[in-house]
Amino acid sequence: MTTPYEAAPPKAAPLDFTPAPAAVPLPGMVLAQTRYELRTMLRNGEQLLLTLIIPVVLLVLFGATSLLDLGAGSRVGFLTPGILALAVMSTAFTGQAIGTGFERRYGVLKRLGATPLPRAGLIAAKTLTVVAVEALQAAVICAVALALGWEPHGDPFSVVVLLLLGTAAFSGFGLLMAGTLRAEATLAAANLVYVLLLAVGGVVFPLDEFPAPVRDALELLPISALAEGLRDVLRDGAALPAGPVLVLAVWAVAGLALAARFFRWE
Amino acid sequence: MTPPGGGAVELDSLVKRYGAVTAVDGLSLSAARGAVTALLGPNGAGKTTTIEICEGFRRADSGTVRVLGLDPAADGRALKPRVGVMPQSGGVPATARAGEFLDLVASFHAAPLDPRALLERLGLSGHARTPFRRMSGGQQQRLSLAVAVVGRPELVFLDEPTTGLDPQARRSTWELIGELRAAGVSVVLTTHNMEEAEHLSDRVVIVDHGKVVAEGAPEELTGAERQLRFRARPGLGLEELLSALPAGCAAKESPAGHYLIEADVRPELLATVTAWCASHGVMTEDLRIERRTLEDVFLELTGRELRP
Repeated sequence: MTTPYEAAPPKAAPLDFTPAPAAVPLPGMVLAQTRYELRTMLRNGEQLLLTLIIPVVLLVLFGATSLLDLGAGSRVGFLTPGILALAVMSTAFTGQAIGTGFERRYGVLKRLGATPLPRAGLIAAKTLTVVAVEALQAAVICAVALALGWEPHGDPFSVVVLLLLGTAAFSGFGLLMAGTLRAEATLAAANLVYVLLLAVGGVVFPLDEFPAPVRDALELLPISALAEGLRDVLRDGAALPAGPVLVLAVWAVAGLALAARFFRWE
Repeated sequence: MTPPGGGAVELDSLVKRYGAVTAVDGLSLSAARGAVTALLGPNGAGKTTTIEICEGFRRADSGTVRVLGLDPAADGRALKPRVGVMPQSGGVPATARAGEFLDLVASFHAAPLDPRALLERLGLSGHARTPFRRMSGGQQQRLSLAVAVVGRPELVFLDEPTTGLDPQARRSTWELIGELRAAGVSVVLTTHNMEEAEHLSDRVVIVDHGKVVAEGAPEELTGAERQLRFRARPGLGLEELLSALPAGCAAKESPAGHYLIEADVRPELLATVTAWCASHGVMTEDLRIERRTLEDVFLELTGRELRP
């Protein structure tokens, strides 16, 4: 296969360095940055493992077998909302924290800060990238779940509200971590948080298994609020569940405010 | 546009402290438009801090900064499309492919250079798909230079653009800087390389301890002063030689057998020295008259001892 670069003529035209400075309008810059981030993210094997392979494997493993006691009712009906919540956490929190942490460490954020792309534009591009990857994850997870006999209920609007609130909450804390800790510390901590919240956040292990006081505390975690909220809607057909929405909103406001306050660009 | 007459960069009494350390200590300088200005100084002299204040990455504690007539801290949005920046190292994602990252930065600009032609020009066309972390140090430097100029800026800041380059790549970078200047781009660069400063720049600003200690065109800095060097057998009586020379001359032997006479070298002086040698039966070798180099000036101003 030849690439556009390899196909270039052996002798390039002389370059005209005469100054002609002008930035393209902001939406064009944000789209270019989003395309770039998506391409590099989808090429990154570790990232794909985190965003697609682990959630799908968990869904199939625990959905199609009885390795885990998920109580009465449809296994996949319990699992799919939890796996969707896990997908949001993996992309908005873990992936974004690690990726941005290393960009900061390698001076990429600083360098992009010297280009016409404003910081708000960079954050917008990162958010669009996260949302696009989540849409891809949700499509794959739902397709696999449907193949396993999933019968979703509830209204799509509530699902979208919960997913966006969850994304905001996890992005806030992901960026807070990336913008304050050393990159290596972010790598370790983001993975640790991912594993811990996967274990105790009602993703695949039902919160009912925990003693009541512990369960009450765990329900205040953003991952549990997202997983339980999605379960209320998708499994039980509830309207927008107030409790989880409130919990996620508080995490989102806190995370984004702290990130805005403490994020350091270099 | 910017007011005519103003330089590309105008700094007045700039001060920047990091805790107890004063990195920039009342520095003032002016870099003309369309010219190459080199900031020369030992490590830790405050060159990078000064440049980073101009780029808007840091804020000065006091003093004024004007870049293309604007304040980089307040007018960043207006300034960024017009200014290209090459940091000292890094700044490109480790896994990014060279061509992709250059394309990205080009896409922020309305009338960029053709990224392919630029890679070709810098000898990187075979590396368009190479991840940044797999490129050699010199290739990374050249990509970084490409990223700085792809937007066709009016002004570029190059922080040690040739550090770590092999001689061919250094020449090619010098040529490119020459072309930028010819096209009317203002260039402000930092370097440790005297030859680079002497060869490339219209104006050299020597910075030490956060202050400008000398500035001028390279010829102005090296001045008209000349010196005479020769080799001969060690242990000549320099006191006696000096007494034969006009007042104000200096002579030293360092290392043994290598002589240096600092003086206003005129034909009579040369005749006096060679006559003195002849009368003492001394054969001189490698006799030459040279102008002070920029390195001589630099070491005189910033000292010869190693910095801690």
